[in-house]
Amino acid sequence: MLYLFYFFAAISVIAALVVVSAKSPINSVIALVVCFLSIAAHYILLNAQFLAMVHVIVYTGAIMVLMLFVIMLLNMNTVVEVRKPVVTRILAVVTGGLFFLVLLAATRSGLSTPVPADFDPGIGLVKRIGMSLFQEFLVPFELSSVLFLSAMAGAMMLAKKDGTANVNLPPSSEPNDSRA
Amino acid sequence: MENVMTAIRVVPLDHYLILSFLLFSIGMVGALVRRNIIIVIMCLELMLNSVNLLLVAFSAYHSDPGGQIMVFFIMLVAAAEVTVGLAILVLLKRNTDSVDMNQLNRLKW
Repeated sequence: MLYLFYFFAAISVIAALVVVSAKSPINSVIALVVCFLSIAAHYILLNAQFLAMVHVIVYTGAIMVLMLFVIMLLNMNTVVEVRKPVVTRILAVVTGGLFFLVLLAATRSGLSTPVPADFDPGIGLVKRIGMSLFQEFLVPFELSSVLFLSAMAGAMMLAKKDGTANVNLPPSSEPNDSRA
Repeated sequence: MENVMTAIRVVPLDHYLILSFLLFSIGMVGALVRRNIIIVIMCLELMLNSVNLLLVAFSAYHSDPGGQIMVFFIMLVAAAEVTVGLAILVLLKRNTDSVDMNQLNRLKW
């Protein structure tokens, strides 16, 4: 069990590093899919079966495929990305490392809240989550459908082709932009 | 089945904390370093997922289904956010013919 955890943790961290460092956006998307699948494996290790299925379907099935569609439709694998200056990149990495250390230090002593002894392992089963979702959290669940409807309408209004809603940014406003 | 279920808490909770912090930090570094907008969006997804993992771990260890419901709603909001974000990206690409973050610096003023 512990070795499975380490195995999937290593996969997710390495895939996350590939996401950040890959040159082509396609490679980043593939690495992110691998990372999300390993996170779904973590959910299964925690016996959160419902969330594992939803995670695979929503993230790797819908969101990542949507991103791949956008990358391929916009022909972005040929775009050459201008890199930020070296100082900025080094500072960003230092900032991230310091943030990680601060989080570790903050939870090092504060995590002494005892895990309760009476333990119910079946908390993530579909039946339990469904009962909780449709009894306690029914109103937010129904409201999320309104959120999806507005997101769909907003996306269609933003991305439709006619020129009435365009914001007319100039084509290249900077000398150092990324047009190859 | 019972063996599998009772073996959940073999992994210490601190390990999940460290893994989640690591993924969040990597996502933050990526959002700071890269200039391609779609990679920044992917790094945001990575950060959201690290928080989700931590919520699920705490929920499973404390036998509280509220954390997993929370993760479910986070996934819903993330799906809506990605939809609108990619629409804005398509619009930006169509108008400026690039996906550079610095194209949007006029939004500062």
